[in-house]
Amino acid sequence: MDLGPHAAYIWACFAIAGLIVAGLALWLVIEGRRQQRLIAELEARGVRRRSDPAP
Amino acid sequence: MHQASPPAQTFTQRFANPTRFMALSAKLLPWIAAAAVLLIAIGLVMGLQAPVDYQQGHTAKIMYVHVPAAWLSMAGYSLIAISSFGLLVFRHPLADVSAKAAAPIGAAFTLLCLVTGSLWGKPMWGAFWVWDPRLTSVLILFFLYMGLIALRSAIEDEALASKLTAILALVGIVILPVIKFSVEWNSLHQPASVMRLGAPKIHPSLLWPLLVMALGLTMAFIAMHMKGMQNEILRRRVKALRAAEVQQAAGYAAPQAAV
Repeated sequence: MDLGPHAAYIWACFAIAGLIVAGLALWLVIEGRRQQRLIAELEARGVRRRSDPAP
Repeated sequence: MHQASPPAQTFTQRFANPTRFMALSAKLLPWIAAAAVLLIAIGLVMGLQAPVDYQQGHTAKIMYVHVPAAWLSMAGYSLIAISSFGLLVFRHPLADVSAKAAAPIGAAFTLLCLVTGSLWGKPMWGAFWVWDPRLTSVLILFFLYMGLIALRSAIEDEALASKLTAILALVGIVILPVIKFSVEWNSLHQPASVMRLGAPKIHPSLLWPLLVMALGLTMAFIAMHMKGMQNEILRRRVKALRAAEVQQAAGYAAPQAAV
């Protein structure tokens, strides 16, 4: 696709947008999994929240 | 005898329970994320196939990222300010979670707005950066986001950090009208072309891809904010569970965690 003499600026813009949005989404997914794993580890050790039903 | 019924809950009170929010957001998140991906893909195709602008040529296609990023940078800050108000005035349990989760996302969109603006500025104005009122005020918005994130992480007491960050967020809201009206202060930046009194100044063939991209990126913002809120609730549960574990180890009767 020919985007004229300033094509590099246009493609750079779309590439940076993809990197920032995808990077942010990936960070959120990884962070969510990390927190889930920490909760699972704590619960495996028998720690319970007050709101949880008694085992 | 007349028995008093419990007072009716408002919409926000019904969703004030973090557990209820987790269940509801788990159902909604995949749909919002899928809608975001689909709309962004359609918007990109429409944008790349849109007619060439008579003045700026293909370079005008940068607006399909730059303009939604600019809108979302301001919408993100408005969300933080509303959430901060919710925390300080109504003590809504999810308000601080919302404010904290929105900060990095808003900062990322502000950075995207600044970078894509520079990439548009170089071919059109001949410079990546000029100390123009619009550009400078958006840079201040980016520093404000950084300030909110830094202030929160600098204070160990989380309740105090939340309140101080909320106060800074409400004080910082003054930047939003400055950004909005800065284009009228001897600015190189073009004035509002879509959100203005009267009809938009852009031809529909260029406007539609912009609106689709804006909707797609807004959906992406909502999905990421929802995920960020989920993560923050989980982080608080981890913290509470760790405190309960310490209590248990110290010989208290039963492990108890508040969140």
